[in-house]
Amino acid sequence: MSEAATHNAHDDHHDHGPAKGLLRWVFTTNHKDIGTLYLIFSLIMLFVGGAMALVIRAELFEPGLQFVNPDFFNQMTTMHALIMIFGMIMPAFVGFANWMVPMMIGAPDMALPRLNNWSFWILPFAGTLLLSTLFMEGGAPASGWTLYPPLSLQTGNALPYAIFAIHLLGFSSIMGAINIIVTIMNMRAPTMSLLKMPLFVWTWLITAYLLIAVMPVLAGGVTMLLTDAFFGTSFFQAAGGGDPVLFQHIFWFFGHPEVYIIILPAFGIVSQIIPTFSRKPLFGHDSMVYATASIAFLSFIVWAHHMFTVGMPLAGQLFFMLSTMLIAVPTGVKVFNWTATMWKGSLSFETPMLFALAFLFLFTIGGFSGLMLAIVPADFQYHDSYFVVAHFHYVLVPGALFGAIGGAYYWLPKWTGYMYDETLGKWHFWLTTFFVNLTFFPQHFVGLAGMPRRIPDYAVQFADFNAISSVGAFGFGFSQLLFVYIIIKCVRGGQKATAQVWDGADGLEWTVPSPAPYHTFEEAPIVK
Amino acid sequence: MNTPQADRWLPGKLVVLALAMFGFGFLLVPLYQVFCDITGIGQRTGVPTADVVVEQPSDRTVTVEFVATLNQYAPWEFRPAVQSMEVQLGKLYDTTYFAQNLTEQTLIGRAVPSVAPGTASKYFKKTECFCFTEQEFAGDEGRDMGLVFSVDPALPSHIDRLTLSYTFFADRTEVAQANSST
Repeated sequence: MSEAATHNAHDDHHDHGPAKGLLRWVFTTNHKDIGTLYLIFSLIMLFVGGAMALVIRAELFEPGLQFVNPDFFNQMTTMHALIMIFGMIMPAFVGFANWMVPMMIGAPDMALPRLNNWSFWILPFAGTLLLSTLFMEGGAPASGWTLYPPLSLQTGNALPYAIFAIHLLGFSSIMGAINIIVTIMNMRAPTMSLLKMPLFVWTWLITAYLLIAVMPVLAGGVTMLLTDAFFGTSFFQAAGGGDPVLFQHIFWFFGHPEVYIIILPAFGIVSQIIPTFSRKPLFGHDSMVYATASIAFLSFIVWAHHMFTVGMPLAGQLFFMLSTMLIAVPTGVKVFNWTATMWKGSLSFETPMLFALAFLFLFTIGGFSGLMLAIVPADFQYHDSYFVVAHFHYVLVPGALFGAIGGAYYWLPKWTGYMYDETLGKWHFWLTTFFVNLTFFPQHFVGLAGMPRRIPDYAVQFADFNAISSVGAFGFGFSQLLFVYIIIKCVRGGQKATAQVWDGADGLEWTVPSPAPYHTFEEAPIVK
Repeated sequence: MNTPQADRWLPGKLVVLALAMFGFGFLLVPLYQVFCDITGIGQRTGVPTADVVVEQPSDRTVTVEFVATLNQYAPWEFRPAVQSMEVQLGKLYDTTYFAQNLTEQTLIGRAVPSVAPGTASKYFKKTECFCFTEQEFAGDEGRDMGLVFSVDPALPSHIDRLTLSYTFFADRTEVAQANSST
């Protein structure tokens, strides 16, 4: 995507463009360069984590042990989750924020550009540190991404490396979040009041606050694991008077807001895409802002629904059940607002819109299975089954990931100056959507029938659905190679994009030329 | 380019917020202890019950089951003397658990109790228990360890069966030494 910068030669800006050579990418403090780096990093990690998922699905294609031993299987489930969450989806959305937030609010750059460079360049090192645990004595962490003790304390040499990697990834996220908040609060064009901000900016503002509030709690929790393992403390060691359940509380106090950290930016992207291709303003803009804020607040008081089976008092179960169900209200507001935006709109179905629509349908399915899991008596049946796996993959893959892919198609012409290949984009969409459902929908059935998660082998009655699921996973994985091809093709050339790109697009980022010049909005724009 | 309302101190405030939340993670540890003390859940049953008043034993009886658990690599033999007892509420009972050190070294053991259902744990009163103190065992030594308990007559009427479970741990550093020398 470096072409984005080199093609701005025709632009008559008085100042210099990017530096020459590869070191430009190391020293850059330009928000567009750093956004590009984040997006490329997350795309690479999508394939690293995806390869691990395919190891899992290959092993589960038939009952019995075929390819990997159970311990390596558990390492794959653990690393797949850690890579996908901390290495892929979170950096992807930070990349979108870097590229788009300054352009959407009429700011020349991020508020703290050097910090921005540092936030990104921690990531490749942290990712390498995490992946290096695969080659260590005793293997990578195999206790699941939740790292519950006492099991996680039995990890071999990998434990401190994995924990330091999580510390670094958290450090990077917190610095990125601080940067985004300061940019939004301090650098907006003077005429852009808070409620005039586009919804993507709003969802990121709230996400950034969530990040600052909970990533340090995770850092504290894993630090306690570290001292339990190596410095003789007993936070979670029952032998010394500690309690393993305490870790679950600390972890999910982080973990539940974390799921909204992952999905809120996707909500923001979809809230930009749907109005554009409906050629109508977003229905209920302010109610969307309040709904997002409500979801963020509620995310702090529902964490124990991840651990209903630990034996909590009835009052606790009722509280966490009801507060969890309450989240369906603001989420419903958002879904209905998106639907109402399309009502009587002049719809067209370019690739970004297709991904946004699939997001709307499939995320809602994931939301409903989440409601089922919120019901305490039912949860005792579903807990730790494949139904849970189906639920969170529906909200994360056709939810968060579709939001990111849709956003990439939506803004690619702005980044590169060229239209992507619409025919190939549609192929990518239909293949991805077909295979994602083929992968995850059958997992609902095997889960309800009693197949536990995180096992390399299973009873024969689950064989057919697992075979279907594995076929879907390979189809889904290879379809993403098409995505890479489309991006490369678009970066190299194609039909020239106009400044507005989409005829229904509205917002400051569509007032600058395509590709966006290296420096934008050095003079603050006037917002209507 | 800053807007008029730009806040120069915002980055600093956000750093302070992040540091405060790091501290809050650790604050959850004592908060959890307090919460468990109030509700009587979790593993907070390893201390003597101060207010044991032996009232008139009631006619109601419940079954108390005794469970002994060892983690995978614990070098102990550990079992209750009886599997279960029929217990009259408000009356004192005593029983024993047997433990034996299976290594040649002196080991210090510690029993961590847990009562199920968790909501019943505050009605389960232990006046004497081997779990209150560390238990030192010479190499190969085995002995019975005593337990004196009663069940509070205020126990909710829907509970007719209690399980008292002990997990027996060896002091971790001692186990490490024992394992490395064998």
